Amino acid sequence: MNFSEVFKQSNQLCRVSPDGKYLATCVQYRLVVRDVNTLQILHLYTCLDQIVHMEWSSDSLFILCAMYKRGLVQVWSLEQPDWYCKIDEGSIGLVSSRWSPDGRHILNTTEFHLRVTVWSLCTKAVSYIKYPKACQKGIDFSRDGCYMALAERRDCRDYVSVFVCDDWHLLRHFETETQDLAGVEWSPNGCVLAVWDSCLEYKVLLYSLDGRLLSTFSAYEWSLGIKSLAWSPSSQFLAIGSYDGKVRILNHITWKKVTEFDHPASINNTKAVSTLSNEYMSGAFHLPYPVQRHLKNCLAYSLSEWHEICPLPVQVPVVKPDLDRANPKVGVSSMAFSSDNRYLATKNDNMACVVWVWDMQRLGLLAVLEQTSAVRCFQWDPRRPRLALCTGNAKLYLWSPAGCVSVQVPAEGGFQVQSVTWHCSGDSLILLGKEQLCLCYMESRGNNYFVIKFAMNNHLDV
Amino acid sequence: MEDWWTTLTIEPSIENHEISSISRMMSPSRHHNNLPTMQSSTMTLSKSSYNVLSAFCTEENVPQCTSYIIQEMDSLGFSSACIEASSPEGSWGLNTVPVLNMMYELLQMHRRSQRSLQELETEQLKSSSALEHLQMTNSRLKDQLELYKREKSGLLETERQMQLKNKTLQNCLKTEKDEVQKLQSIIASRASQYNHDAKRKERESTKLKERLNQLLVDKRDKKLAIDVLNYLGRADGKRSQWKTGKVEARHEGEMYKSLLSDYEGRQRALMLENVELKKVLQQMKREMVSILSPRKSCSRGDRAEDSLERASSDREEVGDCSKETLDQSCEHARDQSCEHAREQLTNSIRQQWRRLKSHMERLDSQASLVQQSQQCAGKELVPRQIHEEEMERMRLEVQQCKDFIQTQQQLLQQQLNSPCYDDETAALLNDCYTLEDKERLKEEWRLFDEQRRNFERERHNFTDAAIRLGHEKKAFEEDRALWLKNQFLNMTSFVDRKRHSTSENPRALSVSSEPEMRIPSTPAMLTKSRTYTAFSTPKAASAAGMPSTADLYRTLCLIPDRSSSSVGSSTQGSWQESNTIHSREDTPVRSKHRHGGGDCCSIFSLGSEENSLN
Repeated sequence: MNFSEVFKQSNQLCRVSPDGKYLATCVQYRLVVRDVNTLQILHLYTCLDQIVHMEWSSDSLFILCAMYKRGLVQVWSLEQPDWYCKIDEGSIGLVSSRWSPDGRHILNTTEFHLRVTVWSLCTKAVSYIKYPKACQKGIDFSRDGCYMALAERRDCRDYVSVFVCDDWHLLRHFETETQDLAGVEWSPNGCVLAVWDSCLEYKVLLYSLDGRLLSTFSAYEWSLGIKSLAWSPSSQFLAIGSYDGKVRILNHITWKKVTEFDHPASINNTKAVSTLSNEYMSGAFHLPYPVQRHLKNCLAYSLSEWHEICPLPVQVPVVKPDLDRANPKVGVSSMAFSSDNRYLATKNDNMACVVWVWDMQRLGLLAVLEQTSAVRCFQWDPRRPRLALCTGNAKLYLWSPAGCVSVQVPAEGGFQVQSVTWHCSGDSLILLGKEQLCLCYMESRGNNYFVIKFAMNNHLDV
Repeated sequence: MEDWWTTLTIEPSIENHEISSISRMMSPSRHHNNLPTMQSSTMTLSKSSYNVLSAFCTEENVPQCTSYIIQEMDSLGFSSACIEASSPEGSWGLNTVPVLNMMYELLQMHRRSQRSLQELETEQLKSSSALEHLQMTNSRLKDQLELYKREKSGLLETERQMQLKNKTLQNCLKTEKDEVQKLQSIIASRASQYNHDAKRKERESTKLKERLNQLLVDKRDKKLAIDVLNYLGRADGKRSQWKTGKVEARHEGEMYKSLLSDYEGRQRALMLENVELKKVLQQMKREMVSILSPRKSCSRGDRAEDSLERASSDREEVGDCSKETLDQSCEHARDQSCEHAREQLTNSIRQQWRRLKSHMERLDSQASLVQQSQQCAGKELVPRQIHEEEMERMRLEVQQCKDFIQTQQQLLQQQLNSPCYDDETAALLNDCYTLEDKERLKEEWRLFDEQRRNFERERHNFTDAAIRLGHEKKAFEEDRALWLKNQFLNMTSFVDRKRHSTSENPRALSVSSEPEMRIPSTPAMLTKSRTYTAFSTPKAASAAGMPSTADLYRTLCLIPDRSSSSVGSSTQGSWQESNTIHSREDTPVRSKHRHGGGDCCSIFSLGSEENSLN
């Protein structure tokens, strides 16, 4: 495992191009494009104001930089550094800007969600889509880039419009049976649209591409409902995380509940492994990168003071949320399936220090990763079943079915990892600090095993 | 004669009087309220008796006294006329006989009155004590009543309080309910109001948005612009197309195409899964058939010839039929098209499954029947192995007993043959045991006797069990034969399987027929020579290595070594112990022992004979 030197960034704006060749970072009003491998600066663009949002086009040829305060969007080309494009939304204001999947249109949402403006870079044409709904996830493009689902609100009723992204032709427009629609999300195969209600009502509606209602799912009533939703990459499972601290998995054939994952404060599951990361390091045991791991078969020894396999049952620290305030810190807020559909990682907000890994073949708890501080972000390797997570300290934590590794970021001046992003090849990780960023290069498969073995041998010698 | 009689009658009266006075003296405190009257009565009595001599009558006043007496007598209702007798001298004299009679009567009267007085006194005592008792109980009951009354009042009070509380609580509940209802209605009204407001606000906001939009459009915002150096080509390199109906149709087509492809993919996956499941199903069927068919062939050996043929032919038919359907369904399943074939497959599987289930059920019921029969017999049916073990153990015990008896006999013989001990000296010598020893010996003897009795009982039980086992075995065989016949008639199987099973037949038959041959013969005679010798021979061989005093007897009588079996190890110790004790026992006990042992001997003699035969 190797680390690059540290670069500056602002607003956590750092994106790898979809083809994996370039790394774009924003520093104040400057946009810097580097080569991922050499990290040399290829292009430097200067925007009109501090950049708030930055996005690569799907073909990795253009970069969109949005300055919401000024209602401005600037687009830069990699191939033609002289080419420029500036879109001014004028006095109506701008709250969100994004690329269409073809990389030739820009969708701007105006203030008050008055309309969505579609700017074409091919022609000067401007289209408006009226009545977009201001909600958690109002717009979603299908994975293949063909269709766009847009949540709308007209006459106090929710509608969903399905557009063909090619020419913004309205393919379907239908009313949904929701009180207050909160989001829409396409299944990865682009054939099913999941629509969910706001947290006041537990309701998931599944629509076919042609607008037919396939199924409705509601687990309970009269309590705060859905907090998050995630499709498995194979479109086989739909995981619904709710405020009751449970994840419900629906299957894609009957759209009925397959299983339910609870997040109990006390873990008795004998098949699960609980690991606890500990901040105290022993002086005797020193590795180039302090690598500690755990064996899956729950050997009752702690490899060092860094990670510890806890004997069951394990008590998970629970924070009692303030229920009188809005958006209480309860419920499953984030879920992610691994790329091979095998594992599901979840985080329950009132157990912020813990990430739960579930085995989707066995439909049971596999591991509980307990950290000393609240988990900020976790993401699966896009190629391998490998989970990276950070807790806002100077360490990067990795989990794989074979065990856990924690790595100290060897940067000077207290690099605190706020978020992690995998490179699309899965060979490197981008670690974002508050004002800095750094790349972490994973070893190849063989080397990785070596590291693990090395750690094991060391421990056994000890 | 009369005098004698009177004296006789008077005497008890005096005694009686004395006794009564003594009794009165003995218990003065108890009858203290009666005491004064009694004392006074005795006082008057004694006074009068004294006064008769001293004061009442003197020489001078005899006539007066007599007249007084006569008067008194008259008043008492005695005829006093004949008392007075004028003496020839003219002086007053008493006619002795009537006076005496009168006196006697008086005495009688007095006694009667005394007796009645006593009775009355005792009666009074009794009644007084009863009264006392009654008073006591009365007072107690009164106390109790008082207590109960108090309790009752307390309970009443608490009840009243409870009722009050209940009432208040009910009121509370009612008010709470009202409150809840009110709140609910408030909530509902609020919710509706909120919804209404929200809708109104939303409408307003949409109106505002609309207006804003309009304004923006009207105003023609100068700033709203796109500034591009030069326009880009489309990502796919094509030119954009006009929006026409054709395009729309194309979009629709594409959409349906993608949906279709998705459904096709899903169908394919399901089909694959289906095929897998079918494979599993077929395998299951095959295995089921294979499980069910060998049993059938097994049963065939037990059937009579004619039924065998019939059954086998039936089975062939069924088997062929089922095989056909299976093959058909397999083929069809490979085609993955024919609904009919699938149905057939599932049907045949279902049939097989049903058969298996019924088979299992029958087995279950058989098991339960066997259990029931066991329970009816009051004994548990032990498997043959356990039987054999038991038998072995018993045989060992028999040997031990025999051994034991032999030693005892030997010792007895020795003692009888020894010249120095005649009966008396022996008795003397044996008497010289301490009392403790005797006790111990007695205890040991009792133990031995008990053991012997246990053994007898066990032997009896075993005989019974063996007989029962034979019967049950026979019944079971019949059942099995019947069931197998049924199976034969019902089952399907393959020809090749049958062939295979027939090749296996002899082995299976030999296993099943072996116990059949042996067991039914055993209940007729428990200690049949064949089975017995089979067990005794290996032990006899191992007996040579045993260095003990009884070796000689063992070798003579071919008694197997005791220690060779682990089953009887627990009883062995006690047996040996009793053995040593009996060698020292006195003659009467020993003779008794011989009587008891003689019984055993007669039982074991059979066995020993067999051994010698062997």
